[in-house]
Amino acid sequence: MKPTDIKDPEYFHKVVDCQYACPAHTPVPEYIRMIAAGRYTDAYMINWESNVFPGILGRTCDRPCEPACRRGRVEEEPVAICRLKRVAADNKGNVSVHMPKIPRKKNGKRIALIGAGPASLTVARDLAPLGYSMDIYDDQSRGGGMMRSQIPAFRLPAEVLNEEVDYVLDLDVVTHFDTTIDSLASVLEKKYDAVFVGTGAPRGKDLKLSGQDEAAANIHIGIEWLASVAFEHIDKIGKRVIVMGGGNTAMDCCRTARRLGGEDVKVVVRSPFADMKASPWEKEDAMHEDIPILDNHVPKGFVTEDGKLVGALFEKVDAVYDENGKRTLVPTGEEPVLIECDDVLMAIGQENSFPWIERDLGLEFDQWDMPVVDPVSFQSTREDVFFGGDAAFGPENIITAVAHGHQAAVSIDKYCNGEDIMGRLSPGVTLISQKMGIHEWSYDNAVPSDLRYIVPQADKSDTLRNRKLEVELGFDRDTGYLEAQRCLNCDVQTVFNEGRCIECDACVDICPTLCINFVENAEEEPLRQALLQPAQNLTQDLYVSEVLPTKRVMVKDENVCLHCGLCAERCPTTAWDMQKFLYSVTKAGWSA
Amino acid sequence: MSYYRPEFRHPDLDVNDIGYTLKDYEGSLSTLCAGCGHDSISAAIARACHEISIEPHRLAKMSGIGCSSKTPTYFLGNSHGFNSVHGRMPSVATGAAMANRDLIYLGVSGDGDTASIGMGQFAHVIRRNLNMVYIVMNNGCYGLTKGQDSATADYGSYSKKGDPTPFEGIDLCAMALQIGASFVARSFSGDKNQLIPLIKAAMSHKGFALIDVVSPCVTFNNNDGSTKSYEFTREHMAATGTMDFVPMKEEIVASYEPDSTQEVTLHDGSVIHLHKLADNVDPLNLSNAFQTVERYRTSGEILTGLIYMDPDSQELHERIKTIQKPLNSLTEVELCPGNKVLLNLNASLR
Repeated sequence: MKPTDIKDPEYFHKVVDCQYACPAHTPVPEYIRMIAAGRYTDAYMINWESNVFPGILGRTCDRPCEPACRRGRVEEEPVAICRLKRVAADNKGNVSVHMPKIPRKKNGKRIALIGAGPASLTVARDLAPLGYSMDIYDDQSRGGGMMRSQIPAFRLPAEVLNEEVDYVLDLDVVTHFDTTIDSLASVLEKKYDAVFVGTGAPRGKDLKLSGQDEAAANIHIGIEWLASVAFEHIDKIGKRVIVMGGGNTAMDCCRTARRLGGEDVKVVVRSPFADMKASPWEKEDAMHEDIPILDNHVPKGFVTEDGKLVGALFEKVDAVYDENGKRTLVPTGEEPVLIECDDVLMAIGQENSFPWIERDLGLEFDQWDMPVVDPVSFQSTREDVFFGGDAAFGPENIITAVAHGHQAAVSIDKYCNGEDIMGRLSPGVTLISQKMGIHEWSYDNAVPSDLRYIVPQADKSDTLRNRKLEVELGFDRDTGYLEAQRCLNCDVQTVFNEGRCIECDACVDICPTLCINFVENAEEEPLRQALLQPAQNLTQDLYVSEVLPTKRVMVKDENVCLHCGLCAERCPTTAWDMQKFLYSVTKAGWSA
Repeated sequence: MSYYRPEFRHPDLDVNDIGYTLKDYEGSLSTLCAGCGHDSISAAIARACHEISIEPHRLAKMSGIGCSSKTPTYFLGNSHGFNSVHGRMPSVATGAAMANRDLIYLGVSGDGDTASIGMGQFAHVIRRNLNMVYIVMNNGCYGLTKGQDSATADYGSYSKKGDPTPFEGIDLCAMALQIGASFVARSFSGDKNQLIPLIKAAMSHKGFALIDVVSPCVTFNNNDGSTKSYEFTREHMAATGTMDFVPMKEEIVASYEPDSTQEVTLHDGSVIHLHKLADNVDPLNLSNAFQTVERYRTSGEILTGLIYMDPDSQELHERIKTIQKPLNSLTEVELCPGNKVLLNLNASLR
């Protein structure tokens, strides 16, 4: 193999599994260390810079970081990254003094943001400090978009949402709430320098099954129903409720139904339990609230009596997988199952919808009637119109919308300054030794064996009576500290300097997880097998040095490195050093 | 200060025949200097014992005094151990072996502990062919007392702050051959591919097995001019050949050119494959071994690998015909055979 180019920021970036997996690339270990140090405000601001909504995401994030967490590869459970973020938000001091200063003199550029969800708010947050004048439009009466209309208050209290939405709106953003935009042309007429579309994926899918029209009064589209609950247009539901669908919206629907009078609430899903789209913890929370999940049931139709819904019919299926892992649901041939109910909530997916964008404005739409959007710049085929969030490429999640917003802001800033929007700067990177002295590192290199701590919850008998009572209580400070210490500090990199190495094997002998090897070089596949402990996890890179005096190379399998620093500790010549790698995603306004 | 080893290990660690992973053969975290060759030897011992599935409770680590003699704390933490007086490990090991012949005795010593203060003991334990492995962690200096030349420092070799050594160094392997050792090998701490099979073979050998391991002292004797540094050893190392050790249970899968390989079957059924032997080298022939050692010494090369072994050697218990059982398993019936036996014994002496 060729020697690893550690000057390429992406090499060490990939070693920080959590940050790499995060769409917004939040520097997770950096803020976790600050939580452990009790620096909650600093931890909050690192998050705020990167993901804009630490308190919201600390409760609701889909957490792509956690399945990626290295800790999950050396023991059962990853670090509770998401809930640690909430610890920072819950315990922070006054953050308003740290918020960016908005220039009194604007730069003369005007931007329209359509939709006031996470994507638009991120664009506003990034562009406001640069002097842009921004108008934000939304048909809801407050900002937040789907975070307000679709996430129930028992998961995300209104005060948390309001606080973080307001941090952005307070950056001198002009709001136009309760304003429905039904024509993009009418916005473009206002001669904005650029328009950002962050309108989400607002249309809930519908099945149109037999008997549905007759029973329509008791069949609701999940996200619309959740929005009606959030805005207090609906405050009750029948005693027996079926929720169709297996995603996180279905989980929110069933748990909300339990709080609105549903006593016998069931989730019925086509796929096997393990294949459900909902996050495992959301499924657990639903089951904890006495909601059974019936899998492998495909809805076939509704049964009515005297024009009123009395139940739904389901066909039982088995999931069969072919050699490529492609799944087919094969009917078992059993009699259809009738499940009696008073109401049905359909949470089977959602999609984008752009009836309000005229097709003659220079915006190209693809074969699925979706706007053509560049995946890097988020620019549409009309150069002054940008997309982000679910509106760009279909439903994802909040943190993805934030990541889109950052990149769209970079593009808008470049576009407004007449620069090449593809001429984007490299990420910001620092790599600094953490050595303080003998046996002293400026990070806690000890690796405690503690298992993942469980977030305490409020009593079920209370939370089921009050739709707005938050279920999760969050970690207290002491537990937050203990959980934070479980972090392996994967951003503190093992950096190898071959010029200093005397090949004494001290690092090989001390490494608890047998990561380090001195072997003859080879192509990647045989080299992976030649290691002391063969490197079977192909998603994890090998760190390969230049050829050493004995004609061998140092090969480190990054897979289960604990970043404990013992290699550097036992190295007599400081050929190994522990260096903190901080990777910052390029932001709008950066200049070379 | 957080200098300790985390509990986590690689999730895919090999489990050996008796259900243990390498972790079960580890000891405490070393307090030796960073980069000390001794730590590599400790790691090699742990790996050898794991790979041939030694039951940790069946092994006793014996040592004297010195940096080397501290190392038994750093490997095989689940085995027996005795840290004895300076240079007196052989007699303590002899006593232990006499009392319980069922344990595997692994002696660890240094060049000071063996070639200076312990020289007399070393000579006699070899002469008696005690069934043990004797590893010398040989760095040519007294590391624990600031790096003075030891008796194995080569003539003209410099340590970090010293004058060139005015005396010839003692070659422990040559000496062991002379006194009648039945297994003699030399290796290098920086070459585990060679060292681990040697340790395995030594543990299966019946009789006294010496492995003299060049083990650089990074603090006092790893400088230019030293003949026991990492660099000098690597540049001047020559090997008698390569060796594979196949434990008794394992199916032999490797195949070698018949001309280039010699097979040696040990008393416990294990097999040693010697291959790629250097010209005029025959580790099964004592007079050849003498010549080989002398030839390489005069050419200035450090001869490593298996130098000599006698697979049919008679160890101490066999020579003096001791009882087959460990003493602690003897009951009162055997220990106090009664007045009649005593009377017969007395009568036989009249």
